[in-house]
Amino acid sequence: MDYGTFQLPLLFMSSMGHDDLKEMLDSNKDSLKLEAMKRIVAMIARGKNTSDLFPAVVKNVACKNIEVKKLVYVYLVRYAEEQQDLALLSISTFQRGLKDPNQLIRASALRVLSSIRVTIIVPIMMLAIKEAASDMSPYVRKTAAHAIPKLYSLDPEQKDQLIEVIEKLLADKTTLVAGSVVMAFEEVCPERIDLIHKNYRKLCNLLIDVEEWGQVVIINMLTRYARTQFLNPNMNGSDKTFYDKKAEAPAMAKRKPYVMDPDHRLLLRNTKPLLQSRNAAVVMAVAQLYFHLAPKAEVGVIAKALVRLLRSHRFTEVFVLSSCRYVSQGMFEPYLKSFYIRSTDPTQIKVLKLEVLTNLANETNISTILREFQTYIKSMDKDFVAATIQAIGRCATNIGEVRDTCLNGLVQLLSNRDELVVAESVVVIKKLLQMQPEKHSDIIKHMAKLTDNIQVPMARASILWLIGEYCEHVPKIAPDVLRKMAKSFTNEEDIVKLQIINLAAKLYLTNSKQTKLLTQYVLNLAKYDQNYDIRDRARFIRQLIVPTEKSGALSKYAKKLFLALKPAPVLESPFKDRDHFQLGSLSHLLNAKAGGYQELPDWPEAAPDPSVRNVEVKDSVRAVGTVIYRDTGVLWQSSEEEERKHERKSKQRKSESESESDEEEDSESESSQTESEDSESEAEVKKKKKVLKKTHFKHSNMNICMYSCQCSFISFQAAESKPPSKPVKKDNKKEKKEMSLLDLDDCNSHANMYRPFLHLLLCLQTISPSSALKSYEMLHRITGEGLSVEYCFSRQPFSPDANMVAVQMQFTNNATSDTKNLHMEDVKLQSGMRVKEFPEIELLPAGEMVTAVMGIDFCDSTQAANFQLCTHTRKFFVSIQPPVGELMRPVFLTENEFKKEQGQLMGMNEITEKITLDVKCRNEHSIVQRVITAANLSRVPCGSDKECRFAGRTVTSSSLVLVTVATKEEGAAKLTINCEKMVIGTMLVKDILLALTQ
Amino acid sequence: MIHSLFLINASGDIFLEKHWKSVVSRSVCDYFFEAQERATEPENVPPVIPTPHHYLISVLRHRIYFVAVIQSEVPPLFVIEFLHRVVDTFQDYFGVCTEAAIKDNVVVVYELLEEMLDNGFPLATESNILKELIKPPTILRTMVNTITGSTNVGEQLPTGQLSVVPWRRTGVKYTNNEAYFDVVEEIDAIIDKSGSTITAEIQGVIDACVKLTGMPDLTLSFMNPRLLDDVSFHPCVRFKRWEAERILSFIPPDGNFRLLSYHVSSQNLVAIPVYIKHNITFREGSSQGRFDLTLGPKQTMGKAVESVLVSSQLPRGVLNANLNPSQGTYTFDPVTKMLSWDVGKINPQKLPSLKGTMSLQAGASKPDENPTINIQLKIQQMAISGLKVNRLDMYGEKYKPFKGIKYMTKAGKFQVRT
Repeated sequence: MDYGTFQLPLLFMSSMGHDDLKEMLDSNKDSLKLEAMKRIVAMIARGKNTSDLFPAVVKNVACKNIEVKKLVYVYLVRYAEEQQDLALLSISTFQRGLKDPNQLIRASALRVLSSIRVTIIVPIMMLAIKEAASDMSPYVRKTAAHAIPKLYSLDPEQKDQLIEVIEKLLADKTTLVAGSVVMAFEEVCPERIDLIHKNYRKLCNLLIDVEEWGQVVIINMLTRYARTQFLNPNMNGSDKTFYDKKAEAPAMAKRKPYVMDPDHRLLLRNTKPLLQSRNAAVVMAVAQLYFHLAPKAEVGVIAKALVRLLRSHRFTEVFVLSSCRYVSQGMFEPYLKSFYIRSTDPTQIKVLKLEVLTNLANETNISTILREFQTYIKSMDKDFVAATIQAIGRCATNIGEVRDTCLNGLVQLLSNRDELVVAESVVVIKKLLQMQPEKHSDIIKHMAKLTDNIQVPMARASILWLIGEYCEHVPKIAPDVLRKMAKSFTNEEDIVKLQIINLAAKLYLTNSKQTKLLTQYVLNLAKYDQNYDIRDRARFIRQLIVPTEKSGALSKYAKKLFLALKPAPVLESPFKDRDHFQLGSLSHLLNAKAGGYQELPDWPEAAPDPSVRNVEVKDSVRAVGTVIYRDTGVLWQSSEEEERKHERKSKQRKSESESESDEEEDSESESSQTESEDSESEAEVKKKKKVLKKTHFKHSNMNICMYSCQCSFISFQAAESKPPSKPVKKDNKKEKKEMSLLDLDDCNSHANMYRPFLHLLLCLQTISPSSALKSYEMLHRITGEGLSVEYCFSRQPFSPDANMVAVQMQFTNNATSDTKNLHMEDVKLQSGMRVKEFPEIELLPAGEMVTAVMGIDFCDSTQAANFQLCTHTRKFFVSIQPPVGELMRPVFLTENEFKKEQGQLMGMNEITEKITLDVKCRNEHSIVQRVITAANLSRVPCGSDKECRFAGRTVTSSSLVLVTVATKEEGAAKLTINCEKMVIGTMLVKDILLALTQ
Repeated sequence: MIHSLFLINASGDIFLEKHWKSVVSRSVCDYFFEAQERATEPENVPPVIPTPHHYLISVLRHRIYFVAVIQSEVPPLFVIEFLHRVVDTFQDYFGVCTEAAIKDNVVVVYELLEEMLDNGFPLATESNILKELIKPPTILRTMVNTITGSTNVGEQLPTGQLSVVPWRRTGVKYTNNEAYFDVVEEIDAIIDKSGSTITAEIQGVIDACVKLTGMPDLTLSFMNPRLLDDVSFHPCVRFKRWEAERILSFIPPDGNFRLLSYHVSSQNLVAIPVYIKHNITFREGSSQGRFDLTLGPKQTMGKAVESVLVSSQLPRGVLNANLNPSQGTYTFDPVTKMLSWDVGKINPQKLPSLKGTMSLQAGASKPDENPTINIQLKIQQMAISGLKVNRLDMYGEKYKPFKGIKYMTKAGKFQVRT
């Protein structure tokens, strides 16, 4: 579509000075403007300078056409820095945009405003960021987080103010914001680790639902955090002397046995699933986290994931391999074969794989590795062959058993046709021989013969050194070699010459009779060499070994000097000792500190106070837009107890799967919150709000409505997002506030995408906070010998089988010992009933709590399900009996549908009861609440405010259950239940009656 | 994080540049060209090149270098992974990711890059969100746009980014609701001279094409999930559910995506679908070498082995090859010494073979290395690991979708040493 751009001759473009473009930009037609902007952007893309068009372009910043506008933004961000004064013309447009009712326009205005690097507008930016940081929309807040580092780089003096904003945004509870704000934190104030304390647990719990890029940043930051706050988990291990020399200090000896901080554990546990991310960067981030933070015994889990990464793109492979080299070798052992080299691998990968293979070699696998190396030696890639020979040498030094085998193999290579191979072998053999020279004089002889053929200087030098060093083992050959060398001395390379001099000196000392003249000759040649090193060496040696009157003192020791026993070299990888950089970082890869690298701190000697991470229950309004998808937290709460609850909750979610609860967007949630905050809210207030809301709806973008509608099913049991437990009562009021949020469950089978949003409004008004789910005792802790079990009906669809009622069980181990293998056995059921057992709980440590979910198909009866609950030691007979209200699931009906259905369920199917309502239960709100608590039904909209209607279907047979409560004066009311199943109807009447009258 | 991006083609021209912060002069690429010259092959350019003020991190895809300029510490994989995501997005948008395609769509490319990064930090990388922001060009739309002057930029701002499931756009509607899953497995193997397996592993992926209305919630279960040893998921898959029940539960993105990649545990014996009989010899002193290759099926469970392609890098000393294939065609490139033989389908009754002689440089000594043989192949309707999808269920929507599962086995890095 950019046809114009490339067909235009370059000459035309430049010579016209963009006059044509200016004209097009000035025209009234959007299409011409667009065309001009497209050409300009194409020029920018190719690096052409179009800054002279700035005035013409900037005029169009307020253009109505979205694409023109976008392209103008692109242009502006590129050139504003160069044309600061003119750029100011556009600012007012963005300022207007910041006030736009549409969140996306607000966000994009902020984005561009913060991207134009013009110093004068710093105060405006600061203001905009501050405002956006408390915006209703999480998307705008995210943009604000992005803008922070931009402003910081423009004017570092704003740091203090920006930190305030960061602190505020860190407290944000949405996954959308989390990644971006941590990024800002890392760029602006990575040293302010104290800001993280309060948010640590929240970040850990949100992590799994944050987008991939945010995950990487958060994980890296948390690694650093954990290093400052927790103790080294490997401190008291059996192998402490290996890993931590400090552990031997006397002070340390007194230390109590190490217990991992629960927060440390939380981090490890919550990051582990991310090893299965599709994003290599995330996997690597988790790997480094485990590498730096986990107890040695647990680090192994990262091996599998890292090996998987080897399969991805080439540069990823290079990078992962170069990280694998440093990671403890043992854990890759099972994956040895994944590092085998293919002839098609590029050289850099081959060399890296070789490195890993060498590190992995040990007594048990060395024979396989050597066999593999043998095939590599035949490769066509000679650099690779040389690297392989070195690798063999390293294996041989590390593993004594195979030294002879390796040596023999290398000696065979000496007859290879390729000189490079031979040379490399010689060098490696030299090093190996140094370890046990006496056994290998025949190899030395063999090598002596090679001097005739080998031309590679390094190899020649090595051979000469060997012969000199071990001349006593080859007394006959050595002088002969020297003779040959003396002949060719002038033509040798410098390193070879030096070794010839060395050889001559050593021979002179051991066998002066035969070699005296030769040595003199060599030294004379060296005396006149071009290289001063060689001349110096010759002079020095002559003084030392040839006795004269002056040099008596030292020459006595000449033999000791030259023929001292030299320690064998240690062959090691050139890549050792990079431990001080954080694994997976740029600095680590380059082995040099990159700008902005944050040093990974050492573990503290004593753990800082862990209570700093405790958060008080805040009275604040829950953030909107918290996203729960992959089983992470619903509500962020504080305190240990809440935390555990939270965990339970996530587990529950996992098994129910259909529980993407989400909240309302923007304005709606706000109003619904305030609305339901107070259950006795007056009708008048309500009306006002209704009006307000409606206007708001009109104003706000249609998208929002669409979005809301998408969340098709509005569950009335907001309370479901609240697991049952005692602390609920403690701060009832606060709870209510949170509970009142809509629980939009978009996975319900009754999805109805495009329900008119009036319905939504209706629901929003009538939504009521209901109390927590009632929980029942299954096993008391006394009868259960420390194990207590409570269950409740979670009212979530049970996904493996839609005909089952989900029963959520909470196991608490109050005993002092662990309970193992919790499972069900011997289920006794009435005919027709079925049970889906909960997965076995392998371990319930003392004092811990676990939740599990099972499904029971009660066949629409209130018969109990009896079964045995087994632990590894005991069996307990238990039973679950459902109240009739739990045997149904809510359905959504419109008023008309309801009436129609009711009409069909008359006569025998209708049960009517006259009741007198409880004094506290005379307003609509509390009626709704009580009915919904008693039975799992949903509210049906109703025109009259004297009637409350509810609908549901029984779980197994899907029979409709319709409930109507018609109120009259003085608390009198009529309860009508229409249900095909008369038994259910009768029982339900009793239950609801009870609920409404007491 | 990412400061700038330069796209460089095979001949070393910078044909696109994009800056997210202050402009970095394109002369920074000189360091890259230097490193490129030093590397013998394009693959050997180091992924990270330090320069005095910046670091260059590059990936090579489709013969285009994507060079990102970094100023400070950042996990290199973060950048590499992002660059790959950029390439994938281009491919998704334009069908191919070539220099020509990028140049033709330079405005869309620019708009995409603008959306994908903000201040160098990734903003929107999910293709579903991007497609709502910027509509991919199609022939029809290009024509309509030319006539009416309308644009590719979405009028509606996307909602996906704000929703529970950021990878799925809202308001999806299809008249035919269908969900297709392709289970594709690749065998990576090294076979030694004698025909025994040195290493063999199976890597598999499940690619999905889901076109379903609304917000469907799918569960996919396997007959034998224990086979899967190591898995990595699309972000839509619920981890915990997999851990507890070995069921894939997810709300799918709209369109094509990779649901899962997996590795089949190495404890299981891997069935090798073909065998090779080879006899490649060079004689000392003679300028002739013998080349004899026969392929045959093995452990294919009765399925046909198709699209077989054999290639081998012959030693440098080989001047030419004079061979005779029993089926298919072969080519030998005397410059790169690459021999490739397009076999096609293997007929078990009449095994394909390639026989003949190779002429060597006269007087040169015999090459001491033996070539390795790389094999590509395809087997339809079979997953070699035996993995089977048990069922696919949909919740959350009322209609009955059309479901399809396809299996395929391919050779990955399948190498035979001779």
